Amino acid sequence: MSDNDKLVKVSDSYKTWEEKTQKQLAKAPESKPRFETLSGLPIKTLYAPPDTTDIDYLENVGFPGEYPYTRGVQNTMFRGRFWTMRQYAGFGSAEDTNKRFRYLLEQGQTGLSVAFDLPTQIGYDSDAPIATGEVGKVGVAIDTVHDLKILFNEIPLDQVSTSMTINSPASILTAMYLALADKGGIPFTELRGTIQNDILKEYIARGTYIFPIRPAMRIVSDILGFCAKNMPQWNSISISGYHMREAGSTAVQEVAFTLADGIAYVEAAINAGLEVDDFAPRLSFFFSAHQDFFEEVAKYRAARKLWAKIMKEKFKAKNPRSWMLRYHVQTAGCSLTAQQPLLNILRTGFEALSAVLGGCQSLHTNSYDEALALPSEMAVQIALRTQQLIAYETGVTETVDPLAGSYYVESLTDAIATQAQDYLNKIEEMGGMIPAIEAGYVQGEISNSAYEYQKKVEAKDRVVVGVNQFVVEEPPLEGLLKVEMTVGEIQAKKLKVLRSERGNQAVGRALDAVKKGAESKENLMPLIVNAVKAEATIGEICNVLRDVFGEYTGTTSF
Amino acid sequence: MGEGKTIRVLLAKPGLDGHDRGAKVIARALRDAGMEVIYTGLRQTPEQIVSAAEQEDVDVLMLSILSGAHNYLFPRIMEGLEKKGMTDILVMGGGIIPKEDIAGLKKAGVKEVFGPGTETKAIIKYVQDNLNQ
Repeated sequence: MSDNDKLVKVSDSYKTWEEKTQKQLAKAPESKPRFETLSGLPIKTLYAPPDTTDIDYLENVGFPGEYPYTRGVQNTMFRGRFWTMRQYAGFGSAEDTNKRFRYLLEQGQTGLSVAFDLPTQIGYDSDAPIATGEVGKVGVAIDTVHDLKILFNEIPLDQVSTSMTINSPASILTAMYLALADKGGIPFTELRGTIQNDILKEYIARGTYIFPIRPAMRIVSDILGFCAKNMPQWNSISISGYHMREAGSTAVQEVAFTLADGIAYVEAAINAGLEVDDFAPRLSFFFSAHQDFFEEVAKYRAARKLWAKIMKEKFKAKNPRSWMLRYHVQTAGCSLTAQQPLLNILRTGFEALSAVLGGCQSLHTNSYDEALALPSEMAVQIALRTQQLIAYETGVTETVDPLAGSYYVESLTDAIATQAQDYLNKIEEMGGMIPAIEAGYVQGEISNSAYEYQKKVEAKDRVVVGVNQFVVEEPPLEGLLKVEMTVGEIQAKKLKVLRSERGNQAVGRALDAVKKGAESKENLMPLIVNAVKAEATIGEICNVLRDVFGEYTGTTSF
Repeated sequence: MGEGKTIRVLLAKPGLDGHDRGAKVIARALRDAGMEVIYTGLRQTPEQIVSAAEQEDVDVLMLSILSGAHNYLFPRIMEGLEKKGMTDILVMGGGIIPKEDIAGLKKAGVKEVFGPGTETKAIIKYVQDNLNQ
């Protein structure tokens, strides 16, 4: 029998099977009229060879470590080295967080991830009136390079990789990290890490913006340029879909809007005079791992395929490293429940498994108490162990991209890529992501998805175990982490002492230079490094930039 | 509040917290239920919230916060409302607020606090049941 004859035979048999199944439905219907992924993509009863005959293996799937990287960015993936186990952590004072960092490293995590409090993220000192009540609550309070020194106490910067979730003041935290490295005699070329530095998603879904969009993009390109020149092992941006997903987007939107942001950053950097291959290899990404298991695996594969194509064909990058989408994953916070919280251990476990099967480079697993508070020590230990269990006990890491070839997974990968591309085309027609954000288009799409999901839950079309089904009476969870108001009071005292003891004239001069730099086209990074070395505070530096750039006013639409 | 008059709600995000998925979903549900909803957007100071509540002449003030700063911000908002004599407003809270903090917030004048998993229909019902008092 020829190959084509075989194909036809399978196709015919499949049709026969589908007809038989249809007949059965008359007597024994399926449990619901429509099956769909969490994102609304239709799911058939069965997937078989005819569903993937149009997917060309070499062109669409390919091999790991080779364009278009659908199967992964390295040839041997986890057989060479596991993903980095990198738990996002931070609360209270630098001392408190340093303790948690060292605990996590002792327990086997392989990379650091810093959570900063909201005043720090929004460029306010801990003693600013607007910071009252917020200091240390959602992350560590960092006002100056002295705080950062305490944060990394006994942690050698040349032996760990550090990811910092910082956006609007990413330049300042990077500068502080560099100042610390300098003091420790560590060359910048040896520093490994990442700054999130993804300002566009702040306007879309996360809210820690400071300046209006265009000046903020200028700061991002300054950072990309500076890091490309001085920090070859540093990921100068982590283009994020996680937060948009948390805000309620679908998986398709998560991919589309993230890559659209990526396109905007590449364009901005090129317009600032950078060569694409000089900075693109150090772009990185950050996605969620949500609950629809196969959809998530397909999502990562689709994202890699699309980005590779964008970098090669749209931006004409020549270096294969510029085509590779490397990404961190966090399991979906919005999937966690306050009710029956121990179930969150399993939710996180399933989500983490999809991230690993999707081929992530780095992973954070949520703790079971995180619907209610920042992770307690015991809870975060379990979260870390979840990753270690997957790595060491499940066997899923022993071969690369094991779900490839699944008729369902390949169909889903293709569907997500196609639908995401539709969004990318639409955004391009709007003039790119910046106009799309200014028009409120992206935010509206996400809001719509969030509302649709909520309606499904309230109609019980989506079951949330323990919340709208299988509900129990239970006492409140004990042992939750609590951050006291004293953290703010102590930081305020430290700032008072600092301001009286440092060389204020040098600070003034350094801040003036930042101001002049902001008013010109000078790269701000070296100027900010000087300012942090002169012991300027994060608030002081940001206030100078606020004076020059103004502040972004959020929208009131829903 | 007279019969048949549209319920006016101000939905506010106090402090630096940027998580507004819940607030926006509730805003839409309230609007679909026939209420007039004004959303303040992010990063509202207590003063701004009180001022907006006064300007918009609302019946209900809903405060959404997930950053842990509620113990500081909510009482300040309640003080501001009291200073302006706006003691008739039904004030509700939501977001991530530990159970142990709720009594203190109620003492400050917040009528009820709704935690994660609360359905929008429950919030709508609560407003309808508690306004005509």
